[in-house]
Formats: sequence, C-alpha cells, structure tokens
Amino acid sequence: MNRLDYSVARPASNALVVNKVIRNTYTLLAATLFFSALMAAVSVMLRMPPMTYLLSLGGAMLLIWFVLPRTANSSSGLGVVFAITGLMGFGLGPVLEAYLSLPNGSQIVGTAFGGTGVIFLGLSGYALTTRKDFSFMGGFLFAGMLVVLIGALANIFLQMPAFSLAISGVVIMLMSGFILYDTSRMIHERDSNYIMMTISLYLSMFNIFISLLQILGMTSSDD
Amino acid sequence: MDWMKIGSAVLLIAMILFLWPRAKMMLKHSPEAKPGDWQGVILPILAVVGFVILLAMLV
Repeated sequence: MNRLDYSVARPASNALVVNKVIRNTYTLLAATLFFSALMAAVSVMLRMPPMTYLLSLGGAMLLIWFVLPRTANSSSGLGVVFAITGLMGFGLGPVLEAYLSLPNGSQIVGTAFGGTGVIFLGLSGYALTTRKDFSFMGGFLFAGMLVVLIGALANIFLQMPAFSLAISGVVIMLMSGFILYDTSRMIHERDSNYIMMTISLYLSMFNIFISLLQILGMTSSDD
Repeated sequence: MDWMKIGSAVLLIAMILFLWPRAKMMLKHSPEAKPGDWQGVILPILAVVGFVILLAMLV
C-alpha cells in the first residue's frame, strides 16, 4: 500500500514543483522585460553616449558571473535580477537611438521587438507542449557560443559586414537552441532555480533582439 | 583604434575566458542524443530561420 501511495504521490509533487518553477520564471521574466524596456526608454530620452552600451553590458556581466550565483537561492537574488536586466535595458538606449535615426528606424525596431516575442513564444510553446528533453544540446550550444564569440572578436579587427551578418544569424539560431534547452531544463530538472532560469531566458531574448536589429538594419539599408 | 573597439574586445575576451571551462565541462558531461533527438531541434530552428528571412523581406 505504501509503495502504491508513493508511486502515485511522487509524480504529482514533481509536477507541482515543475509548474511552480515555470510559473515563477515566466512571471519574473515578464516583470524584468517590462523593467528593461522602461530603462531603455529612459536611456533613449537621456540621449546616453554609445559607450553606455559597453559599460552597462560589462556591469551586467560582472553581476551575472560574480554576484548572481551567490544570491540566486535567496530573496536578494530578485534584486540582482532587476539590477542586471535594468542595466542591460539602459545599455540598449544608444543602440535603439542609432536605429531610430534611420529612415525606417521605428519599423526596424518594432519588427525586431515583435519578432523576438514571436520566436520566444513559439519555441517556449514547442518545448512546453512536446515536453522533449533537450539536455543533449548543452555541449553543442556552449561550444557554438565560444566559436561565435571568437568570430565576433576577430570581426572587430576584420570589419567585414557580411561576416557580421553571418554572426548575427548564427547567434539567433544558437539563442533559439538555448530557449529550447532552458525550457526543457525547467521541465526535467527537479532542482532548477527560477532566478537563474529567468536570467538565462532573458539573455537569449536580449541576444535575439540585438541580432535581429542588426540583420534588419543591414538588409533594409541594402534596398 | 577607438575606445569602443578596445572595450568590445576586452568584454569579448572576458566572456570567452569565462565560458571556456563551462563549455569544456558541458561537452564532457552532456548526455548523448538519442536517434531522432536532433530532428526535434532542427525543425523549429529552421522555422526560426524562415521567420527571420520573412521579417528581413518585409522591412
């Protein structure tokens, strides 16, 4: 009898834990996206210089690497998540301002924003409904990310627009893979942390948005 | 070379150095893909590629 109770109760508690992680992650992600957009708007209004992008990104990376892992299991982790996403949103200001100054700038920014949302919702919906385990992609995604970073570093010196476009395309594919991978981790890993999941999904969306902006900006200026 | 390029290079090198051990560990410990697993990834990624091409054509 005990065995029967155990076998019935355990999957139910697993499902509850999984649902709680998914619900908390998406709630926090929605709040951080809103906050990030607000900070981007403030940054555009203040007409921040281009260096803001690098400084904000650098500050956010330092928080992700050194502060977030120590605070992710406590309530102070929430403050760190908002600090990271706020900084990254603020850094977006000069980038958005540059694109908005193009003839069809508002269309490019709007399309990149909507496109990012559609890609995220589509891929998350796919991973959540199929409930496939994408953990096998981990090594491939991280190795791919390293190759992209080395390529981006080389292109700072090479200055090849076609290579830059190719890098943006690969980043979108890799980040799409990361969305599938992270969503599947929320379903299949019992000890997944919703604060870390939120940052991971936010970074994927941020990178897709920046890469889409670059692709749409380059292809529309070719016309 | 301007400060933006130097700053970008420093940030990218820091990211590579930070990601390197993680990538090595993930390559070593990631579970093996079963037959048909990659098919479940390639199809949605191809849909994303098609969607991005469509967006580029629309703008």
